[in-house]
Amino acid sequence: MWLFLVTEVMLFGGLFVAYIIFRNLYPEMYHEAHHHLNKVMGAINTIVLIFSSWTMATAVGMAQRNEPKKSFRYMAVTIVCACVFLVIKFFEYEHKFHEGLLPGGYFDAAKNGLTHPKADLFFSLYFMMTGLHGLHVLVGMSLIVWVMWRTKRGDFNSHYYTPVEMSGLYWHLVDLIWIYLFPLLYLIG
Amino acid sequence: MASTTHDDQEYVDYIHESKGIWSWMTTLDHKRIGIMYLVTTMIFFTVAGFLAVALRLEHWTPQQTIMGADTYNKVFTLHGAIMVFLFIIPSIPGSLANFLLPLMIGAKDVAFPRLNLFSYYLYVIGAVMACWAILFGQGVDTGWTFYTPYSIKTGSSVVTVVFAVFIAGFSSILTGLNFIATIHKLRAPGMTFHRMPLFVWATYATSILQVLATPVIGITMVLLAMERILKIGIFDAKLGGDPILFQHFFWFYSHPAVYIMILPGMGIISELIPVFSRKPIFGYRAIAYSSLAIAAISFLVWGHHMFVSGQSDLSNFIFSLLTVLVAVPTAIKIFNWTSTLYKGSIRLTTPMLYALGFVFLFSIGGLTGLFLAALSVDVHLTETYFIVAHFHYVMMGGTVMAMLGGFHYWWPKMFGRMVPEGPSRIGWFFVFTGFNVVFLPQFWLGSHGMPRRYYNLR
Repeated sequence: MWLFLVTEVMLFGGLFVAYIIFRNLYPEMYHEAHHHLNKVMGAINTIVLIFSSWTMATAVGMAQRNEPKKSFRYMAVTIVCACVFLVIKFFEYEHKFHEGLLPGGYFDAAKNGLTHPKADLFFSLYFMMTGLHGLHVLVGMSLIVWVMWRTKRGDFNSHYYTPVEMSGLYWHLVDLIWIYLFPLLYLIG
Repeated sequence: MASTTHDDQEYVDYIHESKGIWSWMTTLDHKRIGIMYLVTTMIFFTVAGFLAVALRLEHWTPQQTIMGADTYNKVFTLHGAIMVFLFIIPSIPGSLANFLLPLMIGAKDVAFPRLNLFSYYLYVIGAVMACWAILFGQGVDTGWTFYTPYSIKTGSSVVTVVFAVFIAGFSSILTGLNFIATIHKLRAPGMTFHRMPLFVWATYATSILQVLATPVIGITMVLLAMERILKIGIFDAKLGGDPILFQHFFWFYSHPAVYIMILPGMGIISELIPVFSRKPIFGYRAIAYSSLAIAAISFLVWGHHMFVSGQSDLSNFIFSLLTVLVAVPTAIKIFNWTSTLYKGSIRLTTPMLYALGFVFLFSIGGLTGLFLAALSVDVHLTETYFIVAHFHYVMMGGTVMAMLGGFHYWWPKMFGRMVPEGPSRIGWFFVFTGFNVVFLPQFWLGSHGMPRRYYNLR
């Protein structure tokens, strides 16, 4: 499982490298473009995800201590947090679509008044990185739902709770990637 | 493997223990999955082999022989892409390692049998998607490297093939993960790391590469597909991106991938040579650790594919230096193999003939690699047939020879019957001479400047 997480880090690693390279090439563009991201929404999402990581960790702890019901409840809270995250993300995306802040070829400078000729690149990266992350949120959610179902069925006890722990690890990774994405995309400049 | 609950019960092997196609499709037995990989990779080897024949036929005469430029481009792309992604990368890890690794370390099966079957199906899905693009789509004409900016502009089915590579890549990641977990967790009592067979060591090094390098090609392929679908512009200079970045990403995977291909082959050779020299292997630890050294260095040499791409002279210099370093662990292996042969009582059975063929051809492939690592020589040889000859000596003369040797050697283990020695030797003779007749002249052709990927040389 840890190995699998390493592969995930490498997968995102490629995107981070692209980010760094273009940031070095066009620092002023990044500066201009990042003002168009909604810091408040990003910050709320960060808090939501960190909170969900805590609930997930607690759920794993409860599974370890033979308290499947509590574990189930904490996982439910995690799922709610994930949904909140996605809803906020959805509103952010909608806003971007509205302003023509879209990747590459669909970028529409007339609608948003960005002057830097390469500004579209920032939004290409923004959508690729957050989009891939969103996909991982969905995968993480389905994993947690599956584990919840198995908890309900009474599969886990203090001797066997590996799937809970693994889903937890995965969820922490999803969280961690966001913690990197947030400052890199929203808080630069 | 066998059901031996009662003494009077007949011995049932893994092939006959249950019948019907369905029992194969849903099997969790690593041996059966190994056989399925074996059959599937051999099918693609044959297909890509016929494509190669078509390419050679086109060069029968200097003008157009059997196909035009566009068809030629598609055929060499398919030949390369199928050989690399659907044959060589999954071949030895999928078939021989799957079959042998648990047996060699005394495990009942791999660590995650379901994951093993799942990664086989991922591979099949990737293969089917690639075939779909070829048969019902436009084909691909970018070369197996999918270099931007051409791969963004061309009208062929790049997106489908790129996703096929992505999925097949995941199969590779999961297989590697499975093997690492198996080697770490399921060794029999007493089977310490330094007692593991060298084939297991080689598989271990390969798995590390698969796990660490493949995700990078995954994201590269996704970015390329997004580039075509959404025009995200990361690789498109017109939209502010950088086509060279694609090359960096691509080779960051594809150079380690070269070692994903060759390391298992080296592992097989390390098994064959001591058996048929009737001597213990010389320098066990040196061979084991040189596999890991090759894996480590392979991550730092991707730039040697890009000497003429316009990267800085300094990085050219550094990449050239690091590339020459790979020769050190490789030479350690070659010298240990020859030292094992020294004063051994050598039997020239078919597997041994393949093993010796490997050492011979791989030395040529490896040494010509040093020519290409030297900056000034490389500029002259880039995009000529010298490159073609070099990597065919490494892949075909290296990996395929080792794989065939391994098949002959372990065939009795896998299918319960011996390989007929006479026909096998004749087969070896044709493989060995045929290969040299085709590819040895290409070194001369290339050094005289014959360009690769031209369908018509007039």
